[in-house]
Amino acid sequence: MTERSETYFEDLEEGDAGPEYRVEDLTRTMFVKYAGASGDFNPMHHDDTVATKVGYPSVFGHGMFSAGVLSHYLTDWLGVGNLRAYGVRFKGQVYPGDTLRFGAKVTRKYKEEDEARVDCELSVTNQKDEVVLTGTATAALPSRG
Amino acid sequence: MADKSIVGTVMGSTTVPVERGKIREFATAILDDNPAYLEDPAPPAPPTFSMTQAFWPRKSDGPPPDLGLNYLRVLHGEQHFEYRKPIVAGDTITGTTKVADVYEKEGKRGGTMTFVVLETEWVNQDGDVALVSRNVLVETAKAAS
Repeated sequence: MTERSETYFEDLEEGDAGPEYRVEDLTRTMFVKYAGASGDFNPMHHDDTVATKVGYPSVFGHGMFSAGVLSHYLTDWLGVGNLRAYGVRFKGQVYPGDTLRFGAKVTRKYKEEDEARVDCELSVTNQKDEVVLTGTATAALPSRG
Repeated sequence: MADKSIVGTVMGSTTVPVERGKIREFATAILDDNPAYLEDPAPPAPPTFSMTQAFWPRKSDGPPPDLGLNYLRVLHGEQHFEYRKPIVAGDTITGTTKVADVYEKEGKRGGTMTFVVLETEWVNQDGDVALVSRNVLVETAKAAS
């Protein structure tokens, strides 16, 4: 888990990086739990027989599993209920045994609709430094006023 | 191949009762142990929770419209969310999906990739739009010959 602490608008500057967060040694069980929770039972994510038959080395994670963990990284940092927009692009597969590194950078801070907001660029990379997912987020933060 | 003529096509709607147990299960599946989700009796929905719509039936006036996509070459390319109002356990949200855009890009290895944007507007029990989600499907190019 990343540290959960209240982040204020004044705490962040453009160019600041988000906290460090890694998930080590992904397991098939994680993918199966995500399949059960989301209802996405595409066999590519839980059935090695099917995945290897079509040429993958093994099952691979749902893109929305990685996107879900990335959203949890964001809410730990910027607060539950504070996201105004969140978007991801899927760039590569995530396999059992991979270690994922979650990262963010503040690209803009501004006031809009009476809220103090930040925009961030997001990325998820694996242990080979391959980017598996990129994204963007907008959050409204509490202000010390 | 999909083309602009399908823009505006309504794909149907899905009503999702937002349940505390499902929020707990979903939060756990994205490796999140935040007490905001696990201990609050009326927890908020995590940012990507609307993906659980798969558990609820899609209602439409007829069979699913044919978008002209070759699903053997279709990938989930992007996913975007705009958060307009809080969604918490006890709410009921109804999402109506339509084709919002279709566009093409040249693939890196030659051939044309087609992007189809499916936009779902989620309305809560008070009639307010609480969430807009956009699912971008990518029909990859055929191998250049």
